[in-house]
Amino acid sequence: MKYVIIGNGPAAVSCIDGIRSVDPDGSITVISKEDHPAYFRPLISYYLEGKSKAENIYCRRADFYESSNCGVIHSEAVAIDTDNRSVMLKNGESIPYDRLCICTGSSPFVPPMKGLETVENKYTFLTVDDSFAIEKAITKDSRVLIIGAGLIGLKCAEGLRDRVQSVTVCDLAPRVLSSILDDECAAIVQKHLENCGIGFSLGNTADRFDGNTAMMKDGSEIGFDVLVLALGVRPNIGFFKEAGGACGRAIIVDNEMKTSVDGIFAAGDCVEQYDISFGDKRIMALLPNANLGGYTAGVNMAGGSAEFDNAVPMNSIGFWGLHMMTAGTYANDENAQMIEEKGEKSIKRFFIKNNRLVGFIIIGDVKSAGIYTNLIRTQADISAYDPDALTKNATLLPFGENYRRKTLGGVV
Amino acid sequence: MKRVTVHEEWCLGCHLCEYNCAFANSGLADMVKALKNQKITPRIHVEEDGRIHYAVSCRHCEDPICIKGCISGALQKGADGVVTIDHDKCVGCLSCMLLCPYGCITTDENETVLKCELCVKNGDIPACVQGCPNRAIVFEEVQT
Amino acid sequence: MPINFILPEFEVERNDYRCIRCRVCERQCANGVHRYDPDGDVMLSDETKCVDCQRCVCLCPTRALKIKKNDAALRTNANWKQNTILEIYKQANTGGVLLSSMGNPEPFPVYWDKILINASQVTNPSIDPLREPMETRVFLGKKPHDIERDANGEINTELPPQIELELPIMFSAMSYGSISYNAHKSLATAAEALGICYNTGEGGLHEDFYQYGKNTIVQVASGRFGVYKDYLEAGAAIEIKMGQGAKPGIGGHLPGTKVGADVSKTRMIPEGSDAISPAPHHDIYSIEDLRQLVFSLKEATEYQKPVIVKVAAVHNIAAIASGIARSGADIIAIDGFRGGTGAAPTRIRDNVGIPIELALAAVDKRLRDEGIRQNVSLVVGGSVRSASDVVKAIALGADACYIATSALLALGCHLCRTCQSGKCNWGIATQDPELVKRLNPETGKERLVNLLTAWKHEIKEMMGLMGINSIEALRGNRLMLRGVGLNEKELEILGISHAGE
Repeated sequence: MKYVIIGNGPAAVSCIDGIRSVDPDGSITVISKEDHPAYFRPLISYYLEGKSKAENIYCRRADFYESSNCGVIHSEAVAIDTDNRSVMLKNGESIPYDRLCICTGSSPFVPPMKGLETVENKYTFLTVDDSFAIEKAITKDSRVLIIGAGLIGLKCAEGLRDRVQSVTVCDLAPRVLSSILDDECAAIVQKHLENCGIGFSLGNTADRFDGNTAMMKDGSEIGFDVLVLALGVRPNIGFFKEAGGACGRAIIVDNEMKTSVDGIFAAGDCVEQYDISFGDKRIMALLPNANLGGYTAGVNMAGGSAEFDNAVPMNSIGFWGLHMMTAGTYANDENAQMIEEKGEKSIKRFFIKNNRLVGFIIIGDVKSAGIYTNLIRTQADISAYDPDALTKNATLLPFGENYRRKTLGGVV
Repeated sequence: MKRVTVHEEWCLGCHLCEYNCAFANSGLADMVKALKNQKITPRIHVEEDGRIHYAVSCRHCEDPICIKGCISGALQKGADGVVTIDHDKCVGCLSCMLLCPYGCITTDENETVLKCELCVKNGDIPACVQGCPNRAIVFEEVQT
Repeated sequence: MPINFILPEFEVERNDYRCIRCRVCERQCANGVHRYDPDGDVMLSDETKCVDCQRCVCLCPTRALKIKKNDAALRTNANWKQNTILEIYKQANTGGVLLSSMGNPEPFPVYWDKILINASQVTNPSIDPLREPMETRVFLGKKPHDIERDANGEINTELPPQIELELPIMFSAMSYGSISYNAHKSLATAAEALGICYNTGEGGLHEDFYQYGKNTIVQVASGRFGVYKDYLEAGAAIEIKMGQGAKPGIGGHLPGTKVGADVSKTRMIPEGSDAISPAPHHDIYSIEDLRQLVFSLKEATEYQKPVIVKVAAVHNIAAIASGIARSGADIIAIDGFRGGTGAAPTRIRDNVGIPIELALAAVDKRLRDEGIRQNVSLVVGGSVRSASDVVKAIALGADACYIATSALLALGCHLCRTCQSGKCNWGIATQDPELVKRLNPETGKERLVNLLTAWKHEIKEMMGLMGINSIEALRGNRLMLRGVGLNEKELEILGISHAGE
């Protein structure tokens, strides 16, 4: 059996693990666009911040590919011939496969912007090479402008703060982390970041650039030395789409991580799959899902049987001591009931629908929040639990002695 | 493998496990020196409500979901089944805390993750087990 | 509230350097002595509530605590001792009978400590128990007068029912109610592991413990709590409790607050009602009446179970025992005045009854003199504290010993003598579920088994050094004992010579 994996991130290495858990012998070829072994993408901001050393960012030990008996080709896939089951590479090579897994992730999205070509020091922030390039470009006196106050933009801001003179973040949206936080929660986070020295210009964005100056929509001007474009990402699915594979905003997969094309699987940031908290398919570009999906794909590719049937979106982020966690679905659902717990320095919002926890936002007191994530992932009926005991503190108290005997007194 | 199991019917809610854990992982030889005037950050914690008490620490799951979510590779399951944390790699993102279904992950004052590692570096028997006055916390082989 | 005049008996000494504010002491004190004050980050103590149970001391992880006798003292007076005065204050405060628990703590003579054991030298070799067999097994019950043979000359081996014990020690009666479920479970499981018996006391037998029946002695006391056919049939023997060493002549009183659902079911009385055992059995006013009860119980159990009659050691104990030996009872249990209790009026506990050593010697002699010693086995209790006490008791004539205080100590009792409060911090003399769980019966069993395993080794060692290899050969062997510092009368009653004679 010939396995080919396009992409070389966490989903890809988990896919290798999955294949090898069933088939120790089949040949595995990884097609890697980046010139690095698989690394943990979220660490690129921690690298800038100094929390992660360059040699510590890799997903596996140096001998992983060798010990998994797995070849790596450093090139880029440009097309798939589904009839003949082969992958065309940029270098002209054609790689035959019996089972293919697409783990191509996503790329930064940069919309056309006037005068962008006049900016010398401009970077996106998605790869470790981006991180190295930014590191080279900055000095202690740099003024950094980050376009985009989403996860990537803010993490970049955190990574850079202590290494440059100033960091300003702008976003067309009126709040930070607009894809995961509501107004009130976003305001708390923004305030904290401002206290930590990050400048914001929200509801505002660069209209055009002229060298090291951004002319903002509201007429103001922001001077900068380094520009980081963190406007979002797009899944890398072009060649799959061209081969006739079914896509929505990303590659559509089922619980076994199969695509619409026979013999082709997909996992990681380039897929959309069923979100049990949402009740429909969507992109959940998050590391745990990449790992779980990649492994599932690998097992199924090798003829085993596995399902990843409880995917939910989730985020855990912190900035200088303020942590926030979100999971599931919580925006714009009138049928969901919200329970709120506010503490001195924390806010918790739980979203409940049909006696099931479908989502939460917690800022501040994030201790043991996995208990809630688990309720979402298992779609547990929570009507029997005391709502107060459930939401005030995250503990195992509401679930009763039998549950605790099983989990704390046995093997899970 | 041997695991720490918790027997709620014998837990007195004395919290000694928390102090013994903090002491064992302090690297110091004297408990007073280690814990005096300290806010302790034990890897085991007691949850309670009225007459219910029980201790919670890492279950060292067969298939630990914390590891699946770790963004830095700091969490690892060794060949011995023990889930350990590499503090050099941990960046304190707390994804593991967001994923652990039992609330077993905690943090230290530097916000890197702390979790029970079965005292593999501290001796044969975990400190919480050794110090439990009523055998509510036991180190034993458990059948799956 | 008017002044109550009571001086705190104890003082909490906290080494503030060592104290790490873990607050274990606070959580573990059911009496509410310790309290954390967050404003000052200090631990405070209210020593008026302290009973010196040592729970906090034992659990303090940094050994920062000491409970000391409070040296705040009234003016010294050899007649009006401080405790005497405080008791007067207490009674003036409440108008009540003073209550105490566990055994008589007053400085009466302990005869065990004035008796010494003999050893073999030169002319009569000692025995090494590690190399030679050593029999500690005993059978309690009526033994035949003579060897009987059938028509073919074969020995008739049919014996009256017996209790078989792997060593001559049993756990004496402590009711479920006076002690906790977990304490009972510890005793029951330990008795099973040791091949001995424990005793239900007068509180009935919890349904969970019927499985330990062959190691159980079921008691029938004046309140008849929990007594019915299955109960009588459950045990290895039935004990009629006529009296208790700590409170001869009076009954028992378990307050309704301790009669929760489980105790109520086991005792067969309504929940929350006081369980009052009358002072006498209202159907027993003579040896003949006692005989009727003995035979009623035998009849009910088809003559399969030995019947024990337990009495407190009192002045006429020899005559009383003689009567009992003629009542049809198989075993007489005698409880000395230092025996424990879960609650007794202080005056009675400290002033009524006689020492077990004298009672035992007197009874054994009387029964021998009357030629009825083999009618009954003798079991003695009332402060048997060690293996040497057991050896001395057997040499004085006992068949076996009852221990209870020693067993409770093994379970963690620190003899604070406040069982009557129901707030036993060691989970023994309490029915509060939060306190009961402090005694894990697995640990309890292990500790009891350890204790008696150690005693068994010691008993074998001591028998060996006397050149004796079985309990049978030691029983009543008073030549093995000598008294020290005893007067002629005491030596006469004990039936032993003075050291040097």
